[in-house]
Amino acid sequence: MKGYCMKPGPFRYIAAQSVEEALDVLASAEEDVAILAGGQSLVSLMNLRLARPDIVLDINRVPGLATVQADDSGARIGALARAAVVERDASVGRYVPALITAIGHIGHPQVRNRTTIGGNVAHADPSSELPGLLACMEGTVTLASASRGAREVGWDEFFISVFTTCKEPDELVTSVNFPMAPGWRYAYDEVATRHGDYPLAGVSMGLRVDGGVVQEARVSVVGVADRPVRLSSVEAAAAGQDASAALARDMAGIARTECPASDDAHVSAEHRRWLAGTLVSRLMASMVDAA
Amino acid sequence: MTGEPDIRITTTVNDVTVEAQVEGRTLLSDFLRHDVGLTGTHVACEHGVCGACTVLVDDQPVRSCLMLAAQVDGCRVDTVESLGTQDDLSPLQSAMWAEHGLQCGFCTPGILMTVEGGRRAGLDVRQVVEDALPGHLCRCTGYQNIRNAIESYFAQGVQA
Repeated sequence: MKGYCMKPGPFRYIAAQSVEEALDVLASAEEDVAILAGGQSLVSLMNLRLARPDIVLDINRVPGLATVQADDSGARIGALARAAVVERDASVGRYVPALITAIGHIGHPQVRNRTTIGGNVAHADPSSELPGLLACMEGTVTLASASRGAREVGWDEFFISVFTTCKEPDELVTSVNFPMAPGWRYAYDEVATRHGDYPLAGVSMGLRVDGGVVQEARVSVVGVADRPVRLSSVEAAAAGQDASAALARDMAGIARTECPASDDAHVSAEHRRWLAGTLVSRLMASMVDAA
Repeated sequence: MTGEPDIRITTTVNDVTVEAQVEGRTLLSDFLRHDVGLTGTHVACEHGVCGACTVLVDDQPVRSCLMLAAQVDGCRVDTVESLGTQDDLSPLQSAMWAEHGLQCGFCTPGILMTVEGGRRAGLDVRQVVEDALPGHLCRCTGYQNIRNAIESYFAQGVQA
């Protein structure tokens, strides 16, 4: 034993060398297993002893999970792909630039060097950027288990509540999928106390505009509820309308009514709803200008 | 088993091969300070917020309090001790000295490693000052002198 204090509680450390090995550990363990990917949330929680897993299953040495693919059908990001790598990927920048914007709001570069896309989504922090973008883009998460193989679930099924997903204890997130369909464009913006902090409100917006008329809109907000929220009244109000400054004002007004929010140590619920409306308005302005 | 230093690792710290037995829960920051004896890596918040413990793992700046020592098996780790010495400062350390880029100095080792990592990764001075420096909390300087030092270092065009 070393003569110094340890921040995390004791655990058994297992470094899986393959997906199969990781799934076997998850399937056979009778104790509480925490999957260690980037560790930027998990190790922090373990240091504070808010998390005290019996086993830490390190998947960082598993080959084949860090893939990054993007084309006009969207981006398929392997669970272990680092945020910093995706952020610099030219094809993601070309086909899904909103993903680059959202990643740029996650912590700081030193954190993004470790953060993984799979870990970020699996952690399901209700203020986290990527779950919000996934909700806006009607994205999916691919899960694998030893006994049942792979399954792909939509964002609405995946995110249940704070730090809670539909992932079963024997399952591993293997990829996160941000689909693109013809004519759609997406953007992300947020307001945080300081850059790199979790947002007070973060809005993702998708628009399909044809001939200056909004055909369809998708709007999601993070930081306001226990999981990402879609603003269906805002989306419905935009459909069929001219993509104009007046529409942006209307959408912002509806967002300020529809968006759920609660008070916390930083800001009031009313302020949070106001921010969500402001972000809707800003995104509309930037996306219509960019059209 | 838990609570026993039963994990064998081999890592290269500042160009020196280090073999050690660690517990699974040993943080990279504590390993560097207590097992390797390199106390230049400072720990403050120990949950990834402050940046004081930043080191390079395979040339990338990371929070050493958010990695396990077991994870650097086979990796290269560079700490602030890899830069200059008190009598022979590195170009970046000299710039920090000349621009008065520190007061108490507690946050400085982490900042130095972020800037070195940025330089090695080919980032430009704007990316380092605007994107990476905000990943460090300094409660003394108000940052202006640190920014001046980084700009001075990059203006020298010297590859450290």
